[in-house]
Amino acid sequence: MSKLIAFAAIQGGYKVVSQVEGELHKALQSYDASTKVEFPNTGYFLPVIYSLTGLKVETLEDMKKPLEFARKLLPPHIKGKHHLPFLGPLLDAGMAAILAYEIREGLRIVNNPDFYYPYEDPDIENGKIWLGPADDIILRKRGVEFVDGSAPGFAAIVGAAPDPETAKMIVEEYQKRNLYIFCAAQHRGISIIDQLMEADVQIGWNTRIVPFGPDISSAVFALGFANRAAMAFGGLQPGDYKKILKYNKDRIFAFVNALGDIGTEWGVAAAGCVNWGFPTLADTDIPEILPTGICTYEHVVANVPHDEIVQRSVEVRGLKVQVSEIDIPCSFGPAYEGERVRGKDLHSQMGGGKTQCTELAKMADMKEIEDGKVEVVGKDITDIGEGETLPLGIYVQIAGREFQPDFEPILERQIHHLINYIQGVMHIGQRDISWIRVSKAAVEKGFTLKDIGVVLHAKMHQDFGKVLDKIQVTLYTKKEDVDKMTERARAEYKQRDERVENMKDEDVETYYSCTLCQSFAPNHVCSVSPERTGLCGAYNWMDCKASYEINPTGPNQPIKKGEIIDPRLGQWKGVNEFVKQASRGAVEGYNFYSIVHDPMTTCGCCECIAAVLPTCNGVMTVNREFTGDTPCGMKFTTLAGVMGGGAKSPGFVGHSKFNITQRKFIRGDGPPDMDEGGLLRIVWMPKMLKEEIKDRIDSRAKELGEPDFYDKIADETVGTTEEEVMEFLKEKDHPALRLESIVG
Amino acid sequence: MAEEKEKKTAPKKEKVADPQAATIDVASREMIARAQKMGVDTIFDRAESMKPCNIGAQGTCCKNCGMGPCRLPLPKSGIEGEDTRKGLCGATANTIAARNFIRMIAGGAAAHSDHGRNVAEVFLSAARKENDDYRIKDTDKLVQVAEAMDIATTVEVDGETSDRDHAEIAVEVGEKALAEWGKPEGELLGLKRAPKPLYEKWEKQGVKPRNIDREIVEIMHRTHMGVDQDYKNLMKQGTRAALADGWGGSMLATDLQDILFGTPYPLQSEANLGIMKEDHVNVIVHGHEPVLSEMIVAASQSKEMLDYAKEKGAKGIQLGGICCTANEILQRHGIPPAGTFMQQELAIITGACDAMVVDVQCIFQNLANVSKCFHTKLITTHPIAKMEQDNVIHIEFDEHYAMEDAKRIVKMAIDNFENRGADVMIPRQKATQIAGFGVESIQYHLGGTFRGDYYTLNDNIINGRIRGIAGVVGCNNARTKHNEGHIAVVKELIKNDVIVLTTGCNGIACAMEGLLTPEAAGVYCGAGLAEVCETVGIPPVLHMGSCVDNSRILLAATEVVNAGGLGSDISELPVAGSAPEWMSEKAISIGQYFVASGVYTVFGVTFPTSGAPVFQDHLFKDMEKLYGGMWDYETDPVAHAQKMIAHIDAKRKALGIDKARERVLMDMADRQQLEA
Repeated sequence: MSKLIAFAAIQGGYKVVSQVEGELHKALQSYDASTKVEFPNTGYFLPVIYSLTGLKVETLEDMKKPLEFARKLLPPHIKGKHHLPFLGPLLDAGMAAILAYEIREGLRIVNNPDFYYPYEDPDIENGKIWLGPADDIILRKRGVEFVDGSAPGFAAIVGAAPDPETAKMIVEEYQKRNLYIFCAAQHRGISIIDQLMEADVQIGWNTRIVPFGPDISSAVFALGFANRAAMAFGGLQPGDYKKILKYNKDRIFAFVNALGDIGTEWGVAAAGCVNWGFPTLADTDIPEILPTGICTYEHVVANVPHDEIVQRSVEVRGLKVQVSEIDIPCSFGPAYEGERVRGKDLHSQMGGGKTQCTELAKMADMKEIEDGKVEVVGKDITDIGEGETLPLGIYVQIAGREFQPDFEPILERQIHHLINYIQGVMHIGQRDISWIRVSKAAVEKGFTLKDIGVVLHAKMHQDFGKVLDKIQVTLYTKKEDVDKMTERARAEYKQRDERVENMKDEDVETYYSCTLCQSFAPNHVCSVSPERTGLCGAYNWMDCKASYEINPTGPNQPIKKGEIIDPRLGQWKGVNEFVKQASRGAVEGYNFYSIVHDPMTTCGCCECIAAVLPTCNGVMTVNREFTGDTPCGMKFTTLAGVMGGGAKSPGFVGHSKFNITQRKFIRGDGPPDMDEGGLLRIVWMPKMLKEEIKDRIDSRAKELGEPDFYDKIADETVGTTEEEVMEFLKEKDHPALRLESIVG
Repeated sequence: MAEEKEKKTAPKKEKVADPQAATIDVASREMIARAQKMGVDTIFDRAESMKPCNIGAQGTCCKNCGMGPCRLPLPKSGIEGEDTRKGLCGATANTIAARNFIRMIAGGAAAHSDHGRNVAEVFLSAARKENDDYRIKDTDKLVQVAEAMDIATTVEVDGETSDRDHAEIAVEVGEKALAEWGKPEGELLGLKRAPKPLYEKWEKQGVKPRNIDREIVEIMHRTHMGVDQDYKNLMKQGTRAALADGWGGSMLATDLQDILFGTPYPLQSEANLGIMKEDHVNVIVHGHEPVLSEMIVAASQSKEMLDYAKEKGAKGIQLGGICCTANEILQRHGIPPAGTFMQQELAIITGACDAMVVDVQCIFQNLANVSKCFHTKLITTHPIAKMEQDNVIHIEFDEHYAMEDAKRIVKMAIDNFENRGADVMIPRQKATQIAGFGVESIQYHLGGTFRGDYYTLNDNIINGRIRGIAGVVGCNNARTKHNEGHIAVVKELIKNDVIVLTTGCNGIACAMEGLLTPEAAGVYCGAGLAEVCETVGIPPVLHMGSCVDNSRILLAATEVVNAGGLGSDISELPVAGSAPEWMSEKAISIGQYFVASGVYTVFGVTFPTSGAPVFQDHLFKDMEKLYGGMWDYETDPVAHAQKMIAHIDAKRKALGIDKARERVLMDMADRQQLEA
């Protein structure tokens, strides 16, 4: 009976709002009304409140308004024999509770600033289990996975399973389906996180099992995450609640699993989630709400057995997920990509400075190789003891009528994450600096090196079947074989690098579009050229080309660049036409190589955002991992908020890290007497970014005749105001100061 | 009094009605029997003693000039070969039936629209603050209506956009609304609120109304002797006037009433004669306009009047309604209806009606005769609606002294309390109802403040839980068993998962039968509709208000179109209309504007064109090609409902939703295909 749900949930709404009113009242008595309130390192205030009402909560005082709003949303109680319609009131009560819960979480951080441990993984040794609201770095990093589909959605689990084994079983089923698992609340004093720790399951963002918080109110972080994604990637405006909630219903495939007794406080939260189109599946006998409409399919489904809850949940949410069935003894999937193999769990390792570990993918003749053949030449892991090491050479041979040597590096790059997908196996690095760590648990399950070959064969067929017909994998573990292979591989790498390095935009007639993120950012379209790699950092021109050939109707489409309009700024007729059409007329066209004149748009997934610093006559850029202030007055997240959603904003441009040292990087704004001197406009970047790309900066700087350029770029240790930066530039005689005014 | 009673019980043995056969309502049966015992004749008895004119019923009697009436009955065996029937002037049966038919439209459209005009006048005087008793109550709706009328709702001051003063908007809305009746050029503003393809159909057919009054006047001109003698051309004008009613006069009436008196939201009330209370002063308001009844509600709830009633020995004042006045004060205040059109005399026959206050439309003149037999004061209030009988009191209602007039009327009722005779007999029957649905409240209840959207409804139509939507409306007709058609049609529809929107006396009938409660869903509905009703907490029959509020159904249908997934025009929707027990000219006007808006519309009891088969075919068949909707006629209520269901099924099939919907599981590629 829906009436019972409505009755209970509306009561819950009153209870929650009243309690939080009391908590706020108490806080206002204990602290000054101007006390700062924030979810650390996020640019969206209290994000559910901000996204749905447009109200910015920055202080305790600011909490009053949204709480009053929540109070007003509370509908009359359901009473009497004959009742009035209750669906609308039920959803309103749910929303009121969600808003109140977010205020409660805001108050928690005021009262107990160290309660949450705002990192990707909990610090279990020190009892810091709960991670709280994800900061914007996590949002963007993980958000991109929602964007490109590597994470199809999330399961919000509240409560606890009957026992740790069941908890583990449910969570692993979700992991296999690549979903994130957001956990909150407890059932009889136990949370599913406690159970997972007991069952020795690694928790944290890296294994996609996120311990948000111990209370039902902490579940609000899942909704905040979803709404921030809608704003960050969907380009939706705060306050536009209709669109934001619709976006969630259509694009964020999330749902709730309520494990344990559902009281009024859970009930009202579930009702709140229905506003997002997120249904609830429960393992208890509660009244069901089956008709569709607010959610895509059912709204509340009850009495779901634990061994069916995962499959039922994705079906009820209308989600199609593939479980990678690969014939190895360990679980496999993206959810294990971030899993660590720590010292105490380590069985053995290859590479990482202890031994040589090298990977190479090479095209082979069709006749030369046998598909599916995996050979381990030398000792396997079963032949060595705990704590020992092996050298390793992973040699992947690929043949196919459609295969081209250009695809080799793309296939080779898959090795890293594919090995990481194996539960209990960790892969770091690439090429000749690879490092593989195998856990005791994996070996106990029966993992051998051969399984690496099995995985590579199966997954490469699955993902690249269109361009390859045969794959053969050889794993060398004798030192002499590995050394020989390494030598050969190094020659290959060099050749490849030179080819990519020397590839120029002028050399190709076709660029590629990338609409990979259109599921999230519907109005944005990226254009990728050899010298303007995808601004998310994930896709270069070659990847797009391969992707197109593998999937001709997929997200990467060729763009005939057509007649050139402006060679220096990088504008082509064909590209403009494409962009105009793809953006549905919102963007008439843009330049590839300028930040000042009609710069390229961004989806909000970009690795870095550059901004003009007029006083310094230069350009700063900041990577998304850097959370500090920047000289343009905005943090990365604020910049991304301004930029995202496909709007063109002169003075700002999104780009990849790699692009900074590509020759055509903002060359249109560089010295007029230099063809490709855009880099010389760079006056500031975070130290971490600078160090990351130091080698490439140095080599480009040398080409530009400024060998000391690296030291002339300011960073946050110099200052985060234009004035401080300017002082430094003058002192270092930065070349930008000699250029004509950047603002024209 | 006593003398007159005796006169009534006089010798002549008139044929009287069998109460069991006359109505399905137990309360009404009791009152009919009581009246018969007391020798008071009611409409039920008169329907026995006087049969309808056969030729008039066929629509083929022409009395539009002094040479006639020319009577062109359809031969019993039908027409074989050429139809040679003609009047003195040569008018064919088609011409005569079409002229009569569109004159009915003119009558109906005039009634609704004149009601609307009165409201607009009161509205404007309230907007101009010439009046203390009426105020703009619903500013949200004011802004919404202003936007629909292309009236600015924001102002720009120094480049900053801010909300325009509501009082200012109200005046402009009032002026622009009032101009709709007689503006010299252009077209009705309301037409643009229809789905675009529908508007284009009207444009193509040349039936866009210019102003409301003109279309009615033109009907009178065209149907004058010797003017328009082409039934198709006559129907164009009929359509134009009907549209001027539905998308003009009625819609303005509804909108302005909502702004002035409040947009209805679901509320609980009761219905049937049992709402009258023996120990209370019973005031029954009857008719159609809420302008006066709103004030009577306020007056009857005022402390002054309540105290006065107590002083006079009553425990309080019980207000009840009949007909659409009932529906107006029901949907905004929860005042219970005492009965339908057919029960107006019966309310007096209880002996407990201290005053019956009437305004316009559907008021039996016989009320005067019945009230003469009791202590009841019958008060007419409208300058255009008086009665010849001398016991009728006329208190002309002047909106400038609205509260004063209302108090005078209520006071008269209170003063009359002590004159009640000993033999008061109020039937016990009354039923609970949830009423007060409208375009806005339905939207809210389909998802609340944040997700309220007609799409929720569409989704459940697409997935087949709800088969379709029916508008079942209209009057009662003494030529059929009271309420039987209404209830049988509605029950058959909801049994087959068709959700019903109701107005007028059908709404009251459904309320009396208990169909307007959420619990009715579990009892009478198919499993799919029952499940939806249970989820939303609604009755399977949604009471949308009075007969001018049929415009709410037009706008709700438009919202359904706009919400997507069910085609681009009302005519594509799986919907159908019905008036199982129609009798008034307003019903014909309503029927025609529904047909011309794309809705298949079935009437019961009788159809006033049966004597002209070719013209009737034009209504039943050709209309569909022109507007997507067409008329039909079926007296058997189950067959009537089944015809509607068949039409709904055909529309479902055309939309490709006739088969069970598959669960679509989305992968990444599907999501990338999503429209922005």
